[in-house]
Amino acid sequence: MTAIAKSIFKQRWIWSYLGMIAVWLATVTFTGGKGGAEIITAALSFATFTVIVGIGQMFVITTGPGNVDLSIPATIALSGAVAMKLMGGDNSMLLIGIAASLACGLAVGLFNYMLIRILRIPPIIATLSSSFLVLSTAISYGRGLKVKPPQLLADFTTMQIMHVPVLAIFVVALAAFMAVVLNRTIYGRSVSAIGQNMRAAALAGINVERIRFRTYVMSAVLASICGFLLAGFSGGASLNMGEEYLLASIAVVVIGGTSVAGGQGNVAGIWGAAIFMFLLVTMLNTFGTSAGIRLIMTGLIIVAIITIAGGDKPQR
Amino acid sequence: MSLINRVVNPKFLRSALPAASFVILLTAIFYLQPRAMSYFGLNLMLQYAVPIALATIAQMFILTVNDLDLSIGPFVGLTASIGATLLADDPALGVLALVACIAAYGALGALVHWRNLPSIVVTLGMSFVWLGIAVLILPTPGGTAPAWIKALMGLKTPWVPFPIIAAAVIAVVVHIVLMRSSYGATLRGAGGNPRAIERAGWSLLKIKIVMYSAAGFFGVLAGLSLIGLTSAADAHIADRYTLYSIAGVILGGGEFVGGRVSPAGAVIGALTLTLTGSFLIFLKISPDWQIGAQGAILIIVLALRALIKRREA
Repeated sequence: MTAIAKSIFKQRWIWSYLGMIAVWLATVTFTGGKGGAEIITAALSFATFTVIVGIGQMFVITTGPGNVDLSIPATIALSGAVAMKLMGGDNSMLLIGIAASLACGLAVGLFNYMLIRILRIPPIIATLSSSFLVLSTAISYGRGLKVKPPQLLADFTTMQIMHVPVLAIFVVALAAFMAVVLNRTIYGRSVSAIGQNMRAAALAGINVERIRFRTYVMSAVLASICGFLLAGFSGGASLNMGEEYLLASIAVVVIGGTSVAGGQGNVAGIWGAAIFMFLLVTMLNTFGTSAGIRLIMTGLIIVAIITIAGGDKPQR
Repeated sequence: MSLINRVVNPKFLRSALPAASFVILLTAIFYLQPRAMSYFGLNLMLQYAVPIALATIAQMFILTVNDLDLSIGPFVGLTASIGATLLADDPALGVLALVACIAAYGALGALVHWRNLPSIVVTLGMSFVWLGIAVLILPTPGGTAPAWIKALMGLKTPWVPFPIIAAAVIAVVVHIVLMRSSYGATLRGAGGNPRAIERAGWSLLKIKIVMYSAAGFFGVLAGLSLIGLTSAADAHIADRYTLYSIAGVILGGGEFVGGRVSPAGAVIGALTLTLTGSFLIFLKISPDWQIGAQGAILIIVLALRALIKRREA
């Protein structure tokens, strides 16, 4: 029994779930047991979007130090704006909207990787400068945008079965699939290998550049899917709807037990961390704290968690 | 012959790139709008270069030790909010609050070093903390900047507009301290080869604290100079400064790792960035494209640098 407990607590992702439960208990105790189930439903709905981009960010971060995708918010904004405008609220245009949204993600991912590869600049700067361009495109394209999403999309993104959001079920499946990809496929193992030691991975015959290429494209495509669904969920695209996902995508990866130094990814923890983040804000809301205190607490908790988890010793 | 050699020398090209991009942009503006070529025109176009340059220098200190600060924008917003409220109402308390801000930055440096933390995550988290404190101090846009800051920022210097003089002073002071002093060389060395610096008996912990505190100090200056121009503050007043400051350092020839930075370049980078706004207005391009244009300039400069580097190799 203790052996099982020990091996469970060795898993770094377990902490995000423990945090999640603790915050939920604190909230429910405060409200006297009222609204406990509703809070979970809401948490599942909102965490879904964070998980989608979190998975992409996790793969990027796992490819090693210095790898991070800062263009996620801009991609979300662009994908949402383009898809909503093209579909114009028409159900029959749904497939075209999905295709356009995926094309946005593909284009951003290709562009990001091209900058990293051809200009040989650090990914942070590459994704940052491309996000400037992408955001400007979104702003210019989506100016005065007030298009409602097609009814089908709005219904799908907000549908619930027995208080469980359908979208969340799909994204749990996506997470499970991605966990298999990370741990059981050549691609996933290569991502981890590159993150642990790029030179050794290259010498072992891994095509480092191809793996990095796929990873950045995947992150951008996941961001574009997130933008598409988020626009459907919130009744239309807005240009700043991606903003909060810069911190959120990185935070859920870190809190979820993925090593920031790379080489050690974790998918399960992303879900726990995303729900934890949402519940944290909900808890502070129910406690009646002001917006300022909420921001301070969110920031401090992220810093505290990364401090406790600690950075990894450089593997050289 | 030797002159030509020296000019096409990659090393020279590299260090001339920031100034060249600034001059090209300025020439383009003068060509589009000759009236900009005046004391008044330059003053107007470069007004906001002072806070941006100061924030860029702050970012440069962090980049020197191989870290990245994603919280400098909200931090400048916080110091601006303190400047327009506490500092104006109760100078002693205001100064104390600003000193506490700098000390907090120093403590962050210590934390990052002590736990070997990724600065991106720590500063991203801190950006929420700074914003939260700023919102508590100044829930709605407002406040008033102290009169002396307004007077300083509105200074009408003879011949050369104030922003240019201020930028030059910032560049020279930081250059002397970081590039010419022996401790400055140690500080940069901590970015180039931390292990060697440590073996030589320097405390890396102390170096991180010094660099982060210096960044905090320049962040405070950026916030104060900003409210000197706007005369009121807002918690979100400087949200874009995070991006500006990183872009400024890179435009100015700074490298991401290895302690290879240039204070003069960073200031010129900040000036270039400030000019892009005016450039777009004169080109009659919608302000929607302003950040896009800044991204494009960043990419072009980096592409040029990659070209030069290939010849260096």
